[in-house]
Amino acid sequence: MKPVGVAQTGRLARALPYVFVVACGLAPLLAVLRASWRGTALVDGWPHLVAVLGFSLWQAVLSTALALAAGLPLAWLLTHVRFPGRRVLRALALLPFVMPTVVTAAGFVALLGPRGPLAGLWHAFGGTWPPFIPSLAAVLLAHVFYNYGVVVQLVGGAWHALGSRPAEAAALLGAAPWRVFVRVTLPLLWPAIASAALLVFIYTFGSFGVIIFLGGARMATLEVEIWRQTAQLLRLDVAATLALMQLGVTTLATSAYTRLTARTVRLAPPTMAPAPPPRRRRAWLAVAAGWLLVLGFSLPLLAVVLRSFAPLQRGATGLSLAAWQLLGENPRGSYFFVPPAQAIGNSLLITILASTLALTLGVLAAYSLRGAARRGWREAVLMLPLGVSAVTLGLGFVLIFGPLGRLRDPWLIPAAHALLAFPLVLRSLAPALRSLDPRLREAALLLGATPWHTVWRVELPLLRGPLIAAGALAAAVSLGDYGAALLLGQPDFPTIPLVIGRLLGQPGAANYGQALALASILLALTAICALLIDRGER
Amino acid sequence: MGMNRWWALLLAAGWLVGCAAAPDAAAPTATPGSERLIVMTHDSFSVSEAVIAEFERMTGAQVEILPAGDTGSALNKAILSKDAPLADVFFGVDNTFMSRALAAGIFAPYDSPAAAALPADVRLDATGRLHPVDVGYVMINYDREALRAAGLTPPTTLEELTEPRWRGQLIVQNPATSSPGLAFLLTTIAHFGEDGWREYWRALRANDVLVTDGWEDAYYTQFSGSSGAGPRPLVVSYGSSPAAEVYFSEGALSEPPTANLDVPAFRQIEFVGILAGTPRRALAERFVDYMLGPTFQADIPLQMWVWPAAPDAPLPDVFAAFAERPTQVVELPPERIEAERERWIDEWTTLVLR
Repeated sequence: MKPVGVAQTGRLARALPYVFVVACGLAPLLAVLRASWRGTALVDGWPHLVAVLGFSLWQAVLSTALALAAGLPLAWLLTHVRFPGRRVLRALALLPFVMPTVVTAAGFVALLGPRGPLAGLWHAFGGTWPPFIPSLAAVLLAHVFYNYGVVVQLVGGAWHALGSRPAEAAALLGAAPWRVFVRVTLPLLWPAIASAALLVFIYTFGSFGVIIFLGGARMATLEVEIWRQTAQLLRLDVAATLALMQLGVTTLATSAYTRLTARTVRLAPPTMAPAPPPRRRRAWLAVAAGWLLVLGFSLPLLAVVLRSFAPLQRGATGLSLAAWQLLGENPRGSYFFVPPAQAIGNSLLITILASTLALTLGVLAAYSLRGAARRGWREAVLMLPLGVSAVTLGLGFVLIFGPLGRLRDPWLIPAAHALLAFPLVLRSLAPALRSLDPRLREAALLLGATPWHTVWRVELPLLRGPLIAAGALAAAVSLGDYGAALLLGQPDFPTIPLVIGRLLGQPGAANYGQALALASILLALTAICALLIDRGER
Repeated sequence: MGMNRWWALLLAAGWLVGCAAAPDAAAPTATPGSERLIVMTHDSFSVSEAVIAEFERMTGAQVEILPAGDTGSALNKAILSKDAPLADVFFGVDNTFMSRALAAGIFAPYDSPAAAALPADVRLDATGRLHPVDVGYVMINYDREALRAAGLTPPTTLEELTEPRWRGQLIVQNPATSSPGLAFLLTTIAHFGEDGWREYWRALRANDVLVTDGWEDAYYTQFSGSSGAGPRPLVVSYGSSPAAEVYFSEGALSEPPTANLDVPAFRQIEFVGILAGTPRRALAERFVDYMLGPTFQADIPLQMWVWPAAPDAPLPDVFAAFAERPTQVVELPPERIEAERERWIDEWTTLVLR
C-alpha cells in the first residue's frame, strides 16, 4: 500500500465515529424538532424549568463527588494490593450497572423499606424509620450504587497501566507518601479521574429511572421532565427544547473537561507489564474496608436474588423454586412469551455485537482525538450520545427509520447499544492513549513499521488494561439496557431486561417472582462476563 | 495472547446461543409471498399465540405486532408518522386519547358489521373510525390483611380518603405520565365537578398522598398488598388486579390478598382503528372484525386483564369470581377530556407536586 493510501484510509476510519454519532445521535433530535416545532415552546413555565435544570445540576455534582469518594479508594485497592478475591470484588463492583431501575428499587425496598432488616433494627431501639423511598437520599445512594463501578473500571484501568514505578521513584527520592500521591500519582492519574467524573456527571445529570423509581413524582431532572412533557401532554416541541438544553449542558461539561485536562502529563517510556506492588502489613485493613464497601453495595442485589426464591403464597416463609420453574412455562399461551434461554441468547448476542462495535469505534475515536486541533469540539461531538435525551431519541428514530421501513432491522438494537457504550469506551481509551509516549510510536515508524502495524503491535497492546476495562463496561451497558430497546419498539430479539419489564407490567406474585429470577440471571451473566474479561487481563 | 483466546471463546459461545435462539425469532418472516399485516399497539398489549395463529390460518396472511411504548407514546408515533404509516392497524387508543387520535386524522372510517353488534354505550366514535375492543376500570385496590390488622374498615367514599385515619395510606400515579393516574384524576373531576376537584386534591395532599410516576413503582414498590411488600395499603390500580393476584399466584392463593374500594371508578375503553393510507385495507378490515369477534374477545380477560367489549363473551372462572366491576362508574366525554386535559394536568401538578 502506498503511504498516501494509508493516510487516506486512516483519515476515513477516524471520521467514522463522528458520522456514526451525528447520524444516530443528533439526526433523530433534529427530526423531532422539525416535526413538532410550533414556535410556541416554553413561552410559559420558565421558573419551573430553571428549577429543574438547577436540580439536575446540583444532584449530579453531588452524586459525582460521592461516586468518586467511593470508587477511587477501591480503584487504588484493586490495583495496588494483591489479595484473595480481588477479581471477584472487581466483578461485583460492576454488577449494579446492569440492573433495571425497577429491580434496584425492589432491592432497596427489601433492604431499607419499612419491613426490611434495618427498619427492624431501628424499631428495636425505639426509633421511627423514615420512609426511605422516595427521598433524595435514596436517589443519591442509587447514583453511587450504579456509578462507583464505572469509576473503579476507568480509573483502575489507568492506574494499572501507570504501574508503581513513578511513585516508587518519588518515594526513593525521599518524598513522603502523601506528597507522592499529590505531586506524582494524582497528576498522572488526573485525566482518567476527570474522565470518570465527566461520565458520572453526564449519567446522573440525565438520570431517569432512578429519579422515577426512587425520587417520587415531585423530583425531576431534565430527562424526566422531557418524558412528562411527552408521555400524556404530547408537548413535543417543549420536550425537544428541553432536550437541546440538556445537550447544551453536556457539551459545556465536556469542553470544561477538555480544558481541565489540556495539559496532560506524559509517562516516561511505559512499563510493559507493571506488577502490583508487594503486600503491606496495613493493607489488610484496606482490604477489609474494600470488601465491606462492595458487599454493602451488593446487598440490594442479594436481596433481589433472595426474593426470587420466595414462595408465591403471601406471608409464607422459606425458600421456593416456584418462580424459577415458571420461567420456562407459558400457561396462558401468550404471543409475547419468551423462553428464558432465548432471552439469554438474545442478550448475549446483542451484547457481543454491541461491545465489538463500541470498541472499534472507541479506538478509532481515541486516535482521532490524539494530537488533534480543536479537541474540545471533537470530544463534545463524540459525547453527544450520552447528552441526547433517550425519550426524544426514541421518537426521532421512529421518524427517521419508520418511513424507510427499517424500524425492525435487527442491527438497530446493537447499534443503539454501541452508541450508548461508545462514550464509555472513549473515556477509558482517550486518556490512556494520550499518556502514551509519542517517542514509542516514532521509534516504531523509524524502524520501518507501517502506521497500522504500529497501532496494532505497539500501541494497542500497551493499552490492554484500558481496553479490557472498556470492553467490560460496554458489555454491561448493553446487557442492562432497557430504555433503548423499549424506545425502538419491542424488537424481534427480546432481551432479558425487556422481558423483566413486561412481567412487571401486570400484578401477581408469579410475575414479580419471575422478574426477580430473570434479574438474578442477568446478574449472573454480568458477573461471568466481568470475570472472563478480567481473566483476559492476566 | 491469553486475552484473544478468551474473546474467541466468548464470541463462539455467544454465537452458539444466539444461533440456537435465532430460528424462533426469525420464523415470522420466513414464508415469502404472503401478505403481512402490521398491528401497532402499546407495550401492555397481549394476546394468545393461538388466537393470532387462527387469524393467520383463516387469511393466509402474517401478523406482525409492533409495540411502540405506552399508550401516549404509541399514539404519538402513529401521529408523527402519519404521512408514511408504520402499520396497517392501530390498537390501544383509549377514551382519554380518542379525541386527539380522531382530530389527527390518522384513522380511516370502516363500517364494521362486528362493531354494530356491540352495545351502544361503548361505541363512542360516531364517525365509525374507532371500534371498541375492551373495557377496563381504574379502581383503588386495598391490602385486605393490612387493613384487618390495623382494625380499619375500607373507606366507602372518595371523601373519606381525606380523613386523618387514612393519612399516609394512599398511593396514586402522576396523571402526566401514567394512564391510571390520569384516569383517577378524571374520576375526581367527574365526581367532584370543576369546582370541587381542586379542593379534594388539596385535602389529599394535606393527608400525605404519595404520587409515583408509573403504575409499576406504585404497585410493586409502594403497595403493601403486592409481592413487593411496600409500606402503603391503598393504591390506584385496576378492577381486575385482585383477580390477577389469584391467577398469578399459580395456585398458592384461593382468594385475593387485595380488593377494590367501592367508590366511583373511571371506565377506560380501548379502541382499534384502521390507519388511513394502508395498502392492505381488506386485510385490515378482517383483522378489526376478528378483534371484535368471539375468538379474540374471549381471549382478552386473561391476556390484558380487562373486560371484553362484547357482553356475551365468556369470562374465565378467576375473572368471574374475583374481578369486580365498580358499582359507581363515572365518565367524561372524550371531547371534553381532549380540550381540558393539558390544563387539568398542569393545575393538578401545581396543586399536588409543587
